[in-house]
Amino acid sequence: MKSLEELKKIKDKTKKKTNTEKDTSLTRILVGMSTCGISAGAKPVFDEFNTLIKDKELKDISVTSVGCLGECSIEPMVEVYQNDKRYTYCEVNKEKAQKIFDEHIVNGNVVEDYLIGQYRK
Amino acid sequence: MAKVAKSLNEIKSFPKQTRIALRNCGLIDPSNIDEYIARDGYFALGDILKNKSPKDVVNEIKESGLRGRGGGGFPTGLKWELTAKEKSDRKYIICNADEGDPGAFMDRSILEGDPHSVLEAMAIAGYAIGANQGYVYVRIEYPRAIKRLKAAIKQAREYELLGENIFGSGFSFNIDLRLGAGAFVCGEETALIASIEGERGMSRNKPPYPAQKGLWGYPTCINNVETLANVSAIFNMGAKEFAKIGTENSKGTKVFALAGNINNIGLIEVPMGTTLREIVYDIGDGIDGGKAFKAVQTGGPSGGVITEEHLDTPIDYESLKEIGSMMGSGGMIILDEDDDMVKISKFYLDFTQDESCGKCTPCRIGTKRLYETLEKLIDMNGTPEDLEMLEYLAKSVQKTSLCGLGQSAPNPVLSTLKYFRDEYEAYANRTKRTAYFIEEDVCIGCTKCAQVCPVDCIEGEVKKPHVIDPEECIACGACYDVCPVDAILKP
Amino acid sequence: MKNIKLTIDNSEIEVPENYSVLQACEEMGLNIPRLCFLRDINETSACRLCIVDIDGMRGLKNSCTIQVQDGMNIKTDNKEIRNSVKQNLQLLASNHIFECWACDRETNCEFLDLMRRYNVDNTFGESEFFSDNKRLFNDTSTAITLDSGKCILCGRCVSACHVHTGLDILDFNERGNETYVGPAQNNNLEDSGCIYCGKCIESCPVAAIKDTSNMEDMLEALREPSTKVIVGIDPLVKVTVGEEFDSNIGENVEEKLYASLKTIGVDEVVDTSKFSNILKKEEANILLNRVKEGGKLPIIRSDEPGWINYIEYFEEDYLSHLTSTKSIEEITGAIVKNYYSKELGYHKENIVFVALTPKPEEKQKASRMANIVEGVRDVDFVLTTREYARMLKRQSVKFNELEPIKQFGKLAELTQSSVNEDTYHNSLEETLKTASILAGEKPKKIKFKKRKEFEEAEYTLKDTKFLVAKITTPTIKDFFDILESKQKQYHFVEFNSSLGGWINSGGNPIHTAKLQDDVDIHKFRLNNLNGLYTSKNYTNLDEILYKEFLDSVGSKKAKKVLHTKFEKQESYKNQ
Ligand SMILES: Cc1cc2nc3c(=O)[nH]c(=O)nc-3n(C[C@H](O)[C@H](O)[C@H](O)COP(=O)(O)O)c2cc1C
Ligand code: SF4
Ligand code: SF4
Ligand code: SF4
Ligand code: FES
Repeated sequence: MKSLEELKKIKDKTKKKTNTEKDTSLTRILVGMSTCGISAGAKPVFDEFNTLIKDKELKDISVTSVGCLGECSIEPMVEVYQNDKRYTYCEVNKEKAQKIFDEHIVNGNVVEDYLIGQYRK
Repeated sequence: MAKVAKSLNEIKSFPKQTRIALRNCGLIDPSNIDEYIARDGYFALGDILKNKSPKDVVNEIKESGLRGRGGGGFPTGLKWELTAKEKSDRKYIICNADEGDPGAFMDRSILEGDPHSVLEAMAIAGYAIGANQGYVYVRIEYPRAIKRLKAAIKQAREYELLGENIFGSGFSFNIDLRLGAGAFVCGEETALIASIEGERGMSRNKPPYPAQKGLWGYPTCINNVETLANVSAIFNMGAKEFAKIGTENSKGTKVFALAGNINNIGLIEVPMGTTLREIVYDIGDGIDGGKAFKAVQTGGPSGGVITEEHLDTPIDYESLKEIGSMMGSGGMIILDEDDDMVKISKFYLDFTQDESCGKCTPCRIGTKRLYETLEKLIDMNGTPEDLEMLEYLAKSVQKTSLCGLGQSAPNPVLSTLKYFRDEYEAYANRTKRTAYFIEEDVCIGCTKCAQVCPVDCIEGEVKKPHVIDPEECIACGACYDVCPVDAILKP
Repeated sequence: MKNIKLTIDNSEIEVPENYSVLQACEEMGLNIPRLCFLRDINETSACRLCIVDIDGMRGLKNSCTIQVQDGMNIKTDNKEIRNSVKQNLQLLASNHIFECWACDRETNCEFLDLMRRYNVDNTFGESEFFSDNKRLFNDTSTAITLDSGKCILCGRCVSACHVHTGLDILDFNERGNETYVGPAQNNNLEDSGCIYCGKCIESCPVAAIKDTSNMEDMLEALREPSTKVIVGIDPLVKVTVGEEFDSNIGENVEEKLYASLKTIGVDEVVDTSKFSNILKKEEANILLNRVKEGGKLPIIRSDEPGWINYIEYFEEDYLSHLTSTKSIEEITGAIVKNYYSKELGYHKENIVFVALTPKPEEKQKASRMANIVEGVRDVDFVLTTREYARMLKRQSVKFNELEPIKQFGKLAELTQSSVNEDTYHNSLEETLKTASILAGEKPKKIKFKKRKEFEEAEYTLKDTKFLVAKITTPTIKDFFDILESKQKQYHFVEFNSSLGGWINSGGNPIHTAKLQDDVDIHKFRLNNLNGLYTSKNYTNLDEILYKEFLDSVGSKKAKKVLHTKFEKQESYKNQ
């Protein structure tokens, strides 16, 4: 890295790829995969999303493993970012992941039962 | 039905938190440096190397008011300045990622969720103090953090954000990992240095401080993970902005690991000055099972308890010290009415006496004797004289131990003695009840308790007061739960 | 060095700026309690007894390693400090096994002194509610014994081992209250690579590390009427044993020593240095033969036991460089038993030869199979200087009140020959000069080119140029590092310890850390030792012995009696 301009190029390029702001058709699925998430069972959830996307050959959607969001007692947590909207699902397992995928990602119907509001005031 | 909160930022506790150290955790892919850069990562370093002198950097950190998050709360800017001032052709910066406090995992979260924020800060610190080499000392029990760090260092090297001539500035900086075997004392800075040098992890006397004579005798600046995670954020938001957060003497935020008997267990980051009440009730959502709050233990084995009367104390380094506890690294354990404070002290002493490096007399033997005195009390073998001896010995260990471990090991005892002396006295006078007890004048003789007791130790005729045999009672609490008139007292 | 001013107990004092607070206090004549600090050796601040109250510093600070600062205000004595010292002593006491009557250090124990001074009661130690630590003995070595029941974990031995040998045989094991000192995982000392120099013993404030004792063995021999007890005395003992009885450091008490030996019933005495000429001749002969026959060079003298152990453990390749002579104690024992026994009219089987020496490593040497001639051990028992003194105390011998006497017995008469300084100091120079004499030439002066740690010289012998070197390093380990870095073909090399060598051997009387700090013990002992021998004319005891007994230098007989074998030793460190 020789200059700030060079750094900025990377920033802009990556922002496009991971854009979570308005005007994007991109869907991002973030799976909390820190030690806490993993021990609560995040790995199969992460794998499940990846398999489902591959099977359905979906585009403009990515699954990313991220760090911990702090809510250790309701892990594994999965966050779905669409446009400027953010959805936090808790205590996700493989079956729940399937349902979130089928109903929310594919059909656009948020799965209220698993949302954080059911777990936290 | 009320509207369900859809995401984290819609839940009640969200507005109470301010994420600076954890700003990227859970939001970026920690294994991809680009995502860190996309959130302004390494811009602070670039700007500093291009436009600022080391002195500017030190001054800005001083202005931000940042203090060490590893426990001591030493002003970070001052530490950098002291290390910068030393004349030496070699200096080191060490990131302390040993995190040995039982129940604490703030640093692990940062390293796993946002490793670059620590690396960038180390490079900035290196530039400020004149060091070209950094080490991250991380415990081997953190394999995932180690993996993330290794990958992050590799990527940063590939981007030449570490290595020679960074940003064409002429400044070179490298970072290597050093793995610790996981002894608590190795988090203490001088023991940590000994461990990196390949010696047994035993503390060394201060002064001289690491800033004067540290790793291999060279000036060394040691900072905690969370401290470092704040650094580039400070430059990105401006020291003045950062200093607006928090209290007079404690700026910014602090990450805590909430544990114990509380509804929302987890990691939180709150501005300094937040009260404990807000943490326990608003963020933590109160005590589990509707029990009464008793105390919060902060600072783990080095800290003390904070009671109901101090729940409105704004959290900062000084005010916690004033009430006999300490900020510590950020463990926060919520205790309820059922917790026995003497046993809590014993639990911590058991930890410290075992983790003492064994070097100095008061800590090596003193903590053991403190532990044994508590044991003696709990076994109902104690006397009131033991309480005096306990306090006296605790103070002596505190005053004369060589390093922070021994100096702070008596804190749990001293602080619980201060606030819950009656519990100690009950043991010392052997009036402590170990069994449930039925209040004669309240009991209506409904026999419900006798029916549920699993060991059949409750006797009494119908409609006459019942009695529990204290020798037999196993303190399961079954009777307590069924009594319709609350005639039963807990041990 | 700049001076700075500070205040101690309300008096102002000016001291050099590199002083520690302890030094400043001691300079004022204050007696600060201390157990772990040993200057330049152990500066680890572990015992927490030298605590003082320094204005502006939290808690009580140890004075031993904290440097003075301008304007410091220090209190060394108030109730809080006294109570804390007492408390820490009480804690140490609770892990200590007090058997003072059976203890090597009953009369010079730094810990017991402090227990007395602070009038400490053993509250924890005597209560059933406080645990006792496991008492670990490491007592299978013939030279050194460790007893964790007395260890106060000051760390002095650990540091002394590091500084004096570089081998780090001793270390802390476990942690917390389970911590103990010894070879890693409490391996036996003889499997650890220990070279039995005894420096650890000398640094210990208590009796947690001590000589494996031969005291009872010697007493038993003295009680047995049919055995003849013959004592071989290292000359250094004559100027050091008195220190155990409050003499000045290095004071010559030779004649009282003889009186004490006579009092306890020793039959014969002999000065081991009488045979050093024989040793030199045998070594010089090996040097000449090695060069002639093209054997392994450079040669290294084998009469110093500490080096030998080191080479046997860690420098296998150098085994073939060693000369093969026994140590002077072994040689003396062998000659006494195999030759003088007849002159004295004793059966050699009935002789118990006891070496009195400052070298604890001799204990281990004496037990070696290779030091047995015709089924009879050269040396039966070895007592260190301090061990002998303790034996006298146990036998209620009032050393200071003894009437001085000359050496006694027939053996002393038979070996009557005075020695001079050069004779008993065995050294590279001495061996070279002796080689000249053997080769029928006049000994020449040797001129060394001196460099740091290193002296080199050329010496011409029978038209051959000998390149020789003396290397002065702190430890034997450094010696080999330097030797190998030189990449030169030497004929003869010698290791000298910059930390005092033989005079500072680990078997001398032990002094408090403060005295070790304050007094140049080495200098006093050396001066008085040199003062022992002034006469330059000596009868040629060695010539008589070669004629009557050993045939000739390097003969078959000489080989059998005076030479030994060395072989590789295993330790867990070199596996
Ligand atoms: C017994 C003991 C354990 C400690 N453990 C840690 C630790 O795990 N992590 C840490 O950052 N600091 C720990 N510290 C504090 C460090 O010694 C040191 O003060 C800190 O790393 C300095 O960094 P800071 O100024 O950024 O807080 C510990 C101190 C003591 C006495
Ligand atoms: S206080 Fe405890 S951990 Fe620190 S040096 Fe002393 S024995 Fe070791
Ligand atoms: S070491 Fe000291 S205190 Fe301990 S038994 Fe020996 S003389 Fe007594
Ligand atoms: S053996 Fe002696 S010198 Fe070594 S640590 Fe124990 S008391 Fe100290
Ligand atoms: S701590 Fe100073 S003498 Fe032991």
